[in-house]
Amino acid sequence: MSDSVDFLTYRYPDENGRFGPYGGRFVPETLMPALEELEQAYLQARNDSTFQAELQRLFLTYVGRPTPITHARRLSEQLGGAQIYLKREDLAHSGAHKINNALGQALLVKRMGKRRIVAETGAGQHGVATATVCALLGIECVVYMGTVDMARQAPNVFRMKLLGAEVRGVDSGSRTLKDAINEAIRDWVTNVGDTHYLLGSALGPHPYPTIVRDFQSVIGREARRQMLDPAAGGPGRLPDAIVACVGGGSNAIGIFHPFLADTQVRLIGVEAGGRGIESGEHAARFADPALARLGVLHGTKSFVMQDADGQIALTHSVSAGLDYASVGPEHALLRDLGRSEYTYATDDEALAGFKLLCETEGIIPALESAHAVAHLVKLAPELGKDAIILVNLSGRGDKDLDTVMSAIGQS
Amino acid sequence: MTTNGPDRIRAAFARAHQQGRAAFMPYQMLGHPSLQASPEIISALAGAGADLFELGLPFSDPLADGPTVQAAGQIALNNGVTVAQCLAMVSDLRRELPDPPFCLMGYINPILAYGTERFLRAAAEAGVDGLIVPDLPPDEPEAEEIAALCARFGIAPIYLLAPTSTAERIELGVLRSQGFVYLVSVAGVTGTRAALPADLSSFVQRVRRIADRRPASERPYIAVGFGIGTPEVSAAVARIADGVIVGSALVKLAGSSEQPAEAVAELGAALGAAARRSVASADVAAE
Repeated sequence: MSDSVDFLTYRYPDENGRFGPYGGRFVPETLMPALEELEQAYLQARNDSTFQAELQRLFLTYVGRPTPITHARRLSEQLGGAQIYLKREDLAHSGAHKINNALGQALLVKRMGKRRIVAETGAGQHGVATATVCALLGIECVVYMGTVDMARQAPNVFRMKLLGAEVRGVDSGSRTLKDAINEAIRDWVTNVGDTHYLLGSALGPHPYPTIVRDFQSVIGREARRQMLDPAAGGPGRLPDAIVACVGGGSNAIGIFHPFLADTQVRLIGVEAGGRGIESGEHAARFADPALARLGVLHGTKSFVMQDADGQIALTHSVSAGLDYASVGPEHALLRDLGRSEYTYATDDEALAGFKLLCETEGIIPALESAHAVAHLVKLAPELGKDAIILVNLSGRGDKDLDTVMSAIGQS
Repeated sequence: MTTNGPDRIRAAFARAHQQGRAAFMPYQMLGHPSLQASPEIISALAGAGADLFELGLPFSDPLADGPTVQAAGQIALNNGVTVAQCLAMVSDLRRELPDPPFCLMGYINPILAYGTERFLRAAAEAGVDGLIVPDLPPDEPEAEEIAALCARFGIAPIYLLAPTSTAERIELGVLRSQGFVYLVSVAGVTGTRAALPADLSSFVQRVRRIADRRPASERPYIAVGFGIGTPEVSAAVARIADGVIVGSALVKLAGSSEQPAEAVAELGAALGAAARRSVASADVAAE
């Protein structure tokens, strides 16, 4: 199927917010005018040089962009295969790529004249990024977070509070990301007049998957330039493969998108394999046809883990940020088109990847990003010594120390 | 002459209108508080004067619903209720209650999982008259597909309109709805509120002006829901709308009472009577 698509002219979503059979706007009617307003505001901002200049200025002076790429020499040597480069989103202000989108949307909120932001968070990284930009720009901020996630990401809860955000625990359903999104949407429906929903992943109703992708694409644009530029630490050529973890899929789509036309570059997403596919306790939407089928969750049509009756399944991952029943609609399309491919890493593999990166490179990755690192153990030897792999190191792992301590012991 | 689907819904509103009152439409979650009590409550509400029913299909992630309906759905799911069982329940109720229209209210994902065509065929066979999908706006392609299937199987598609809806979207909802349009009284989720928003009357009139452009035989009635839980509020809504929809207050009672059928019927009777006491002013409001 990929032969029939020209990625130089790839242009999704269509005017209805569809990525082929995926995407759309499945929301209560109350929100439709707000989505239309957001789409208009975004289209204007995208073409407004003042807006773009302000975003670039804050990327440079506040976020610390461009983030570097690092040649992971010892990791490459240890795995005995391809040369591995890391895109260092862990060095972005607030510790993950989430700030790119949070900042972009918050500037949009200023433009739209809304005074209040609600957001959901799973791992806490998006919540922290949102609280950060709200403090920076003086916007009221409420973050919804499942109480299970609050327990496993306690440091991030405290960070958000320090940054002036109100964190509201969500006790319904599975008490994780899915339920936090439900509550954030309910708040938005109720306060839509003065409130913006700052969605953190490439998910949700149109135009969110597009807005999030575009703000995150700064990762791929920088990385592409840096890989080609020896002065920026790059190998002087494009990588053979790019690897990124996929929960909702915002860091992955952000690094993939600027490489779509470079069809010789393999784009590989790594989902959360949890306790293994056969256990049913995972969040690998593309790996388990028995649990994940075409469906609608949180306003968008995509692969959704669900039971036979269409009830959303409970997912599991050691990493809160990947623990979600659906996946961004553009990933589903790119997979259909044969442009991107998806695999998974289990909890145990991710924990091993976490340790591996700590010990070989002196970098403590987020458990989400550790899933991408885990896949290198298989991929780097397979591709061989002449190959180059670029990994999106989407966040740093300080927030995960408690989880890792209890999982692998403190010895 | 068929009395199913849109016709049965229109007849129920017309009958209430002729009697000088707004139609009373209680909501119940199918399978809540138990598989056994759920149809008993619905029967009791019919006995207490319900004109139509809105019947909820449980869903794990109901993002248009407040805490009461969320909890009821979760209890129904914990009771093991499936879409097929809900339709069987409706089918049994239809045998017992030949008159009142049944409008199913269900989120899109379970309908897709069941298979859209299979679902609508089974719903029609069970005696369902209308379908409300709160997370499916009328302009999505899936809504058009469902509307075509509704036409084929004789079920009325019913869309929601919100105070935030633009004139363009009101027109769309009014044009695509059959039987009635469902006005959400406030921006927000389901759940009882102490008072109605001050601008409800002007919202209803905006919709009515647009609805009145349609020929009388196709013009949907205007029903208002979300936030109505007391006889006072029911009476206030009945003064401006053709139908009063009450959900959370009755669902809460269904979940908390020792004798849910009796308790729900008692409140239902009071809410229905409140809609009855008031002079339905559909014609006045239309001027």
